[in-house]
Amino acid sequence: MDVILFLVFALIAVACAINVVVQTHPISSAISLVGVMGSLAILYLLLGAEFIAAAQVIVYAGAIMVLFVFVIMLLNAGAESRKGRSYTVQLIGVPLLIAFLGLLAFFVQGMSGRETVVFGGFQKGSPRDIGQALFTTYLLPFEVTSLLILIAIVGAIVLARKEID
Amino acid sequence: MDAIFDSFIIVSIIKALVIFAVLMTTLAYLQWVERKVIAHVQVRPGPYRVGPHGLLQPLADVIKLITKEDLVPPYVNKVFYLAAPFLAITMALLSISVIPFGPIITVGPVRTWMQMTDLNIGVLFVLAASSMGVYGIALAGWASNNKYSLLGGLRSSAQMISYELPMSLAIAAPLLISNTLSLRDLVETQAGGFWHWNLVGGGQVVSFIIFIIAAFAETNRVPFDLPEAENELVAGFHTEYSSMKFASFFMAEYANMITVSAMATLLFLGGWMAPWPVEYGSSFVPPLIFAFFGLVLLYHGKQAVRKWDKITFPAFGIIFLVIAAIFLIPMVQGWLLPLFWFLAKTGAILFVFIWIRATLPRFRYDQLMAFTWKGLFPVAMLNLLITAFLVALRTK
Repeated sequence: MDVILFLVFALIAVACAINVVVQTHPISSAISLVGVMGSLAILYLLLGAEFIAAAQVIVYAGAIMVLFVFVIMLLNAGAESRKGRSYTVQLIGVPLLIAFLGLLAFFVQGMSGRETVVFGGFQKGSPRDIGQALFTTYLLPFEVTSLLILIAIVGAIVLARKEID
Repeated sequence: MDAIFDSFIIVSIIKALVIFAVLMTTLAYLQWVERKVIAHVQVRPGPYRVGPHGLLQPLADVIKLITKEDLVPPYVNKVFYLAAPFLAITMALLSISVIPFGPIITVGPVRTWMQMTDLNIGVLFVLAASSMGVYGIALAGWASNNKYSLLGGLRSSAQMISYELPMSLAIAAPLLISNTLSLRDLVETQAGGFWHWNLVGGGQVVSFIIFIIAAFAETNRVPFDLPEAENELVAGFHTEYSSMKFASFFMAEYANMITVSAMATLLFLGGWMAPWPVEYGSSFVPPLIFAFFGLVLLYHGKQAVRKWDKITFPAFGIIFLVIAAIFLIPMVQGWLLPLFWFLAKTGAILFVFIWIRATLPRFRYDQLMAFTWKGLFPVAMLNLLITAFLVALRTK
């Protein structure tokens, strides 16, 4: 049952990810990205990390992607036309793809010796555990991240003010 | 093991079917209740022609909506235009699956909860489903390829993102007090009378009010129904929809209303718990209420003015008296009383929704945005900080 669910949602995630690149219209790409996020959340759920799955849906699929869609709708962006690929892209593309696949294979091979992943094997995923870890072990990174977001907010306001003035 | 598994699947399917049937009927009749309540607020009779007191009106509406021509305008984006209503109704119905209606009950050989499933992150699940519901409306507005629909969709998504923040903060405060994310455990911590409820015992009056206000905006209801403001946007995001596709949006709105009302009941009003313990006679309240209304109906039936009322009033009076008698049977009290309290509390909040629709005018859009970012959000933040501080002091 777990394996079937994993395969189904892994396939959906990959198909949606390819669709993000293939689609010419920004809205279709954005919605495909939502599909990727949703399938990832279900994969987290299969591993036993309920909280991360819910956070994935609420934050990425529910908030960030809604903003993406919102901006695309506001700008009223139309479908992009497919231009012919330039000579350099054709030349570099294939070696880059081979190099990337090689790296991926290398990492996958390196992982084969480790302990295997079990469905529902992730036990430290309850909200309590994550909160505890966030405010004890990872307190400094957590606070630094919040500072980073604050800087981003101030930056966005400064940029928007210039436009208004 | 196999027997347990089989009965689990069968019980789940039965529960899903029962909840689905009840929910769909409630959705249809909520519409009737809304029209009746608004009519009586505005001193007119409301639906009256189809069946006694318009009671068959929802049935007629359903038949009308199904048999209407299903129109797809030629200029729409087909895929998203067709997907949007499905998305809206699916996400709206999804949240119901984690909402508990009552405690554990025994039906024959099976002991089960009056709930589809209990997640240890139930509250987050409801939030996630509601945040995904935005896509249905936003995509409907965009795919319709119509400026009124687009404006409606844009307004709706901006409004829902903005009001989700104070709503989540308002939900967080009672969660701190109850110390759980499971909706079932949340209710159990509020057992033993209304002075243990998060609203009273936890002192969460401010977050309750913020939750209710944000719930109005989340469900696109008056006074925050800007996405479908008739006098500016024709009908907003569902202008181009007809027949069952329009009905899906309609049902999604009402399903969302039921979900937020149930959430308010679970978070603040103690879920299916009675307002005071059974030792002080709380189990006699429901039969007394039903008996009272039954007697009132019988009394009015004797001196009815209209012809039909001579039959319908006493008939409904007797039905009410029978319901009152059923509440006194000890065998069914175990599940009937919690169900009554849950439905009574949820119904009371739903009534507030309808009541406000009948009385308040619409906000202006800039007022709506200023209200949440400059008013609701800081207050919710402050409330959460104070609650967290008090909880920390108590546990020390």
